[in-house]
Amino acid sequence: MARIRSGLATSHVPAIGAAMDLGKVDEPYWQPVFAGYEWTRRWMAQERPDVVILVYNDHASAFMLDMVPTFAIGCADTFVPADEGWGPRPVPVVPGDPQLAAHLAQSLILDDFDMTILNAMEVDHGLTVPLSLMFGPVSEWPVKVIPICVNVTQYPPPSGERCFRLGESLARAVGRYDEDLHVQIWGTGGMSHQLQGARAGLINQAFDRQFLENLSADPQALRRISHVEYVRESGSEGIELIMWLIMRGALGKRVEELHRFYHVPASNTAVGHIVLRAEGFAL
Amino acid sequence: MSHHSDSSSQFSDIPGTTVFTTLSSRRAYQLHRFCQSLMKESNRAEFKADEAAYLQRYPMSAEQRQAVRDRDFNRLVELGGNVFFLFKISNTDGSSVQQTVATMSGMTAEAYAAMMLAGGRSPAGIRSIQRGD
Repeated sequence: MARIRSGLATSHVPAIGAAMDLGKVDEPYWQPVFAGYEWTRRWMAQERPDVVILVYNDHASAFMLDMVPTFAIGCADTFVPADEGWGPRPVPVVPGDPQLAAHLAQSLILDDFDMTILNAMEVDHGLTVPLSLMFGPVSEWPVKVIPICVNVTQYPPPSGERCFRLGESLARAVGRYDEDLHVQIWGTGGMSHQLQGARAGLINQAFDRQFLENLSADPQALRRISHVEYVRESGSEGIELIMWLIMRGALGKRVEELHRFYHVPASNTAVGHIVLRAEGFAL
Repeated sequence: MSHHSDSSSQFSDIPGTTVFTTLSSRRAYQLHRFCQSLMKESNRAEFKADEAAYLQRYPMSAEQRQAVRDRDFNRLVELGGNVFFLFKISNTDGSSVQQTVATMSGMTAEAYAAMMLAGGRSPAGIRSIQRGD
């Protein structure tokens, strides 16, 4: 039987990918950022998940022009890195898991989540930067990836509450899959940042730290944060944090926090990273 | 009085922030088609060779076209643009996202970078126009 054993969350700042691609990881600006992921790379090498359900938002690369799906699931065999204006990132093509993805799509829709099915999609930094952070520079990705895309850029995004329930539904769907698979779920984006207007550069460390704490201490409180509160407190792009709630919703009532990291800044953004183990999957 | 209730209006209480809506997306559709065209190297080369001629291919408004020429990102947001599309222009220019965002904040790139290194812009005093906090 397939099971979601653990989850993690991370920011997906494009400059982090550029720093890796351009060999800047040891520079004083970047070294503290990458230090925060060393624990996770070691842990990941031991965990060796088969599949990662990777929740992220597209940044006007695959969607937002002709189509704006609220929730979408990638069902393709492979996903090619997108050219975001400076050439595609020099990272491997991302392998999918069309069979599990089809099962998840069917289960979610029958559970009243109206997923858009993606049979072809290029993936941007939102998906490839988290993979690079967790696995480092590799010639091929050591996991299959099922992308779940959430609209967080064109108002209105789904509520945090609905994201949490989508995570719960994903966990039930994975549990009904016959193959014996070790599955992880990743929520990406955030933490506080604003990329526009006179408030550009906004960082709210108190909000971010409370959010990290509440993923294990009080996830129910996180479900109630409104869109306006996210934008007011964590900036117009901080609302990406609703994607972390899909991850948290998929891990069940209680979680064990294994690793936490917080650093300001990477480019315009507060970098947050947390690793959580679902109850019942202690080593 | 507005003939429809717009739930996005509650965001207007947050200073210095524009929410990208379904209506903005419609207004900026041709502008965004242009931005997405820059995801191809051959298109970037043609745009760089003759910006004015390239922009004529996309029936956006004259104001939008001028704001692209001026790299006036605040104006482009006012005209419906979304930053993730607009970054395709600055990426084509070889500017970093941080340099581009700094232009919108009214600060020099150096002052903005220093603010970020010092922990970023505090939300204190810029949460709500009405509450004044």
